[in-house]
Amino acid sequence: MAAPTADTILKITDISKTFGPVAALKNMHLDVRRGRVHTLLGENGAGKSTLMKILAGIYQPTEGSISFEGKPYHPANPQDAAAFGLTIVFQELSLCNNMTVAENILATREPATAGFINDRKLNGRAAEIVRELGLPISVEAKVGDLSIAQRQLVEIAKGLSIEAKIVILDEPTSSLSDSEAEILFEIIARLKKRGAAVIYISHRMEEIMRLSDDITVMRDGEYIATRERDDVTIDELISLMVGRKMEEIYPPRISAAPDMATAPILSVENFHRDDEFEEVSFEVRPGEILGFFGLIGSGRSEIMNALFGMRQAAGTVRLNGKPIVLDSPVKAIESGFGFVTENRKEEGLVLSHSVENNISMVALKDFASKLGFLRRRAERQAAVSEVARLAIKTGSLDTPAGALSGGNQQKIVLAKWLLTRPKVLILDEPTRGVDVGAKFEIYKIIRQLAAEGTAILLVSSELPEVLGMSDRIAVMHEGRLSGIAAGGDLNPEKIMALATGLTA
Amino acid sequence: MNPNTASNAMLLKIFKQYGGIFLSLIILCVIFSVMNPRFMSVANFMNVLQQVAVIAIAAFGMTWVILLGEIDLSIGSIIAVAGMVGAQCFAFGMGFAPALVLTLLAGAFMGLINGVLTAKLLLPSFIVTVATMGIYRGLVSLPTNGAPAMIMDETWTAIGTESFLGLPIIIWIVVLLFIANQILLGKTTFGRRAYLTGGNREAALYSGIKVDRLKITIFMISGLMAAVSGVLLSSRLYSAQTNAGMSYELDAIAAAVLGGTSLAGGVGTMVGTLIGALIIGVMNNGMNMLSVPYFYQLIVKGLVILVAVWLDVRAKRARQ
Repeated sequence: MAAPTADTILKITDISKTFGPVAALKNMHLDVRRGRVHTLLGENGAGKSTLMKILAGIYQPTEGSISFEGKPYHPANPQDAAAFGLTIVFQELSLCNNMTVAENILATREPATAGFINDRKLNGRAAEIVRELGLPISVEAKVGDLSIAQRQLVEIAKGLSIEAKIVILDEPTSSLSDSEAEILFEIIARLKKRGAAVIYISHRMEEIMRLSDDITVMRDGEYIATRERDDVTIDELISLMVGRKMEEIYPPRISAAPDMATAPILSVENFHRDDEFEEVSFEVRPGEILGFFGLIGSGRSEIMNALFGMRQAAGTVRLNGKPIVLDSPVKAIESGFGFVTENRKEEGLVLSHSVENNISMVALKDFASKLGFLRRRAERQAAVSEVARLAIKTGSLDTPAGALSGGNQQKIVLAKWLLTRPKVLILDEPTRGVDVGAKFEIYKIIRQLAAEGTAILLVSSELPEVLGMSDRIAVMHEGRLSGIAAGGDLNPEKIMALATGLTA
Repeated sequence: MNPNTASNAMLLKIFKQYGGIFLSLIILCVIFSVMNPRFMSVANFMNVLQQVAVIAIAAFGMTWVILLGEIDLSIGSIIAVAGMVGAQCFAFGMGFAPALVLTLLAGAFMGLINGVLTAKLLLPSFIVTVATMGIYRGLVSLPTNGAPAMIMDETWTAIGTESFLGLPIIIWIVVLLFIANQILLGKTTFGRRAYLTGGNREAALYSGIKVDRLKITIFMISGLMAAVSGVLLSSRLYSAQTNAGMSYELDAIAAAVLGGTSLAGGVGTMVGTLIGALIIGVMNNGMNMLSVPYFYQLIVKGLVILVAVWLDVRAKRARQ
């Protein structure tokens, strides 16, 4: 670990944090220097979030000390931390959807006279902040009308509206497209130039290697190592992080790619819906993984929702050659569709309910008599075998799903669909917010499903993931299918060109 | 796991879940017994149970609705309409059975209206049922211009006044409906889907649960339970009163919430609701026996509900 220098702005020494008998952090130490980006790397549950919450004053450490510019730093709450000059942008969106961008950015700091908010000043000041950051957002727009990516940018603007000495960014790019991420990277460069320190948390390796000056790896609540960016490779970081050598990031396919002469199980023709997507046509064969790539807002998730019957769209959809009308999720599920949605917490899981009840949720009828009486033993058996098959790490089957890590939650969502034996499985951002180890396991499950003959539509905004997993890639650009790449076209340049509309 | 440790774990779970509220019930009983020795007698206990019946049954229906994250404020009015439908059936010379069937259908139909307005027109159930609370209450007075209607049918009045195998019929009905609701909620796909939908409506929708239909059915259950309460109340009073069941919805909500049903949806049991209803019944009965003036009773009841809910919330937070 680098010796502390005069540049050190934040020094964390031997911090521990326990929750009851569980140690979330053990003797953690960290030196953060001015004008540098310090990335924290670790799987979910490694203790990054706990550490950040201690820095933000949300948690108090059980042991250890922190110094900020040489002075003891023990914030009692986030306001305290802000007064020191530390700001934090959380990955979970903490915005009020029914209020405007300006009201959110300056929340609790609205310019007011005698308690009456001055809207003109409010909008003016917020517009200034947004302009300075170079964000393409109107401050008078309602946050609820913005896309998830734009909301994330608002969140960042809110965090940076305070002149901070230390900025913590917790997975800021998890829902940003590449062009929006670029805006963020420029902002980070400006922060560095100003002499601020940035603590950066991300799972995206390419991004980490590009942005970071220092990288600290954590595992199981403990400090593992700190490296300067130029002295380390991605492979080395991954093996430090998971504590074992990762042979590959994407598991190899189990069976040969399906023959293109095989009849498609699903064929979609001229699928369209006003203002969302138009003239979308594609086919997918049993055992094939068809990737769907596109920038955020290109219409990928909208198509999948329409296929699943959540919204109506025109066009012809054929399943095994027979035209079908998918006007409700019930119909889609009966026809053999499964849908792992992009927001597992909102649309995938009942977080307060047990792992078992979540797993049996879709296939519930299979665990009941004709009259609708539940067969609890059959339900439990199915849950036990899914937990074992997908290696879901949970205390018990009665643990609430919300208590599990992101990767394990995602496996539960997969498990509930696997129990229905889908013919076509739609995976929308299946590894978002999932750590490297769990990602690998999810990819293995996808490979296994394909080998068993399931047709898979894999939607992702991570290009390496789509390239690493797909047999062919359908690329979307502004609501249109700009091309389906296969064979030699499966390379980043070709896909990005299609996604940005450069090749008409 | 051998069956013995399994049943021990079950007991522990039940105690954790209901221990606090059950203890409160016992403490209340002890306090009232000390203050008035007549409280702790079999006769009075039967009396409490009969008084509790109307609220307990309405609260079973309310539990379903709250479990789904909705609310039904119209059940007090449905209780009154049910009594009046029964009375009018007899006025038209119908027999007991068709009168009972029509009354229960009327309750389910009023629930259907609540459900359709909530599920299909996407109106908040709070607003829908505030409106139908007024409408149904107004409908009660239509046949008699606001006057009470006597009920002379002997079978109908026997329900609230006679006994069967040594137990008042009204208690048999509570027990029967408790078991039926408990089974429906705990042992069937319908009950499971209600829990799941209450826990996360979006996830339920994406998992192929017919959320609208479920919601409508549950409002119908609530209406049906309120109608049963209406039958019991009118049979005890030998008449249909236009102001019958006034503000019973609040007692039913209190019973469900005291019993651990979460207003956010997804959490709740019939056992809890039954204990909650007993607490309210015991308080009403005990304070009446101590001749506590009605307005003081309201204040005490309100405070008890606040404290109970606060204790519950605190316990849940501590567990997390």
